[in-house]
Amino acid sequence: MRLWLVLLLFLALPARGEEVIAGLSQNRVSLTVNFEGSEILIYGAIRREAPAPRDSRLDVIVAIEGPPMPAVIWRKERRVGIWVNTQSQEVRAAPSFYAVATTAPLSDILSLDADLTYRISTRLAIFEARTPGDLQDPAAFTEALIRIRQDEDLYQQLDDAVSLERETLFSTRITLPKNIVEGSYAARIYLLRDGEVIDDFETFIDVRKAVLERWLYSLAYDRPAIYGVLALAIATFFGWGASALFRLIRN
Amino acid sequence: MQIYLPIAEVSVNAFTLLGVGGGVGVLSGMFGVGGGFLITPLLFFIGVPPTVAVATGVNQVVASSISGVLAHLKRKTVDIHMGLVLLIGGLIGSTVGVWFFSLMQRLGQIDLIVQLSYVIFLGIIGALMLQESLRALRRSRDPRAPRRKLHTHTWVHNLPFKMKFRASGLYISVFPPLLVGVGVGILAAIMGVGGGFILVPAMIYLLGMPTKVVIGTSLFQVTFVAAFTTMMHALFNQSVDVMLALFLILGGVIGAQIGTLLGVKLKAEQLRILLALLVLAVCAKIAFDLLWTPSELYSITVPGRF
Repeated sequence: MRLWLVLLLFLALPARGEEVIAGLSQNRVSLTVNFEGSEILIYGAIRREAPAPRDSRLDVIVAIEGPPMPAVIWRKERRVGIWVNTQSQEVRAAPSFYAVATTAPLSDILSLDADLTYRISTRLAIFEARTPGDLQDPAAFTEALIRIRQDEDLYQQLDDAVSLERETLFSTRITLPKNIVEGSYAARIYLLRDGEVIDDFETFIDVRKAVLERWLYSLAYDRPAIYGVLALAIATFFGWGASALFRLIRN
Repeated sequence: MQIYLPIAEVSVNAFTLLGVGGGVGVLSGMFGVGGGFLITPLLFFIGVPPTVAVATGVNQVVASSISGVLAHLKRKTVDIHMGLVLLIGGLIGSTVGVWFFSLMQRLGQIDLIVQLSYVIFLGIIGALMLQESLRALRRSRDPRAPRRKLHTHTWVHNLPFKMKFRASGLYISVFPPLLVGVGVGILAAIMGVGGGFILVPAMIYLLGMPTKVVIGTSLFQVTFVAAFTTMMHALFNQSVDVMLALFLILGGVIGAQIGTLLGVKLKAEQLRILLALLVLAVCAKIAFDLLWTPSELYSITVPGRF
């Protein structure tokens, strides 16, 4: 009886066509004092039970998303001759880092419906807050956010950067720049057939400040009084110590 | 070599930082200025967020003035009473300044406030320094030129609540020194400077203090107000970066020693013109950034980060 049930369940499942399995060259990035960026290799394979269909297009999208954070975007205007921040637009959450690598230009391989569901394109990865009524040209603010972060390599659109071999093996390299923040970075791999996502895979990269930096940072925020005393102790020690040392040398 | 600053959360070149600290250290050794008013704007130029630059700059002031104040205390060239009155004013001013700083940060206007204060104050100091050094140069060529009167009796001396400042030989109201202290405290909190460039002329011309106690007393006030301001920024804005401070201080203490040696050998009076021009150049650069149409009209602030 039980055997029959299992068999029935198995038959009821949709036929699993193609699945994606992936790995990363590293799951841990340490922001040490001399951190200058880090290149992550993302590789994987497509597993299929049956031969690949010949009449449709297969694509792979690899996205890495840094911890989302709220942000305020300011626009400057000239007031009495000087440039002043006047209007602002809030963003509920914008990825602190976002890179999308694809096998072909993103707009060609991803349907709008799939993009709305999975929020893959940079524009949809950003969640805007309600815009104040008097704001002129609210869309320009989000565009500015993307533009500024692209200039700092924090947002990367890497079309054609994923290499796909014999419709089975894929790989790409994404560089995390030196100005990233710490947190858990999600690496997502989407497998697409004719613009629709048929499978996806998610894994994480742990970006952490190194021991000393981590310690200083938590001290500054959790025990600011002790941190302040430490800052003063360093200043006093070096300020007074150095001049005492030079006096000793001169005599 | 890049180094990652844990609080500012940016990477900067270590040699650039040592260079900034060292260069300003040389100037402060040569001319006896604190140099905070140059370090903070130079940090803006290399990409340190203004909030961190100000709080860390004021921490660096503690390092650059501590040995000076100890030397003056030993030589008894500090008017402790006057120093304490100025210090009380300074603590009040610093508290107000740090509160104002946090408020402006929330309103997204802190960068503008810091830049504007720098344009105004660097403009004033640069112009005064240039005028003073040109006058000194003229005087050294023509010894018959009129000299400044040492002590004048002004309206400042007629206010109530008079107090005796024995070391300075003054019997004046406590309000002028208290207010001077408040002003310097506000500047320390908003600009990340010691404020000696305002304090010294105010003590000489406004309070009429004798020059022999001016430097020691101003260093006394500056050191304690800078230490207090560092503490306030650490407590309320979490914007003091000790890694950044360490590099600036290391560069600074070595630079100051070189500067002191150079100052003995070179004609400092003439070099003072160069310092004045440098101050005016930094002022012009910041003013230019405010007046010129920026290439990017938009900017991003992330709450809780700089």
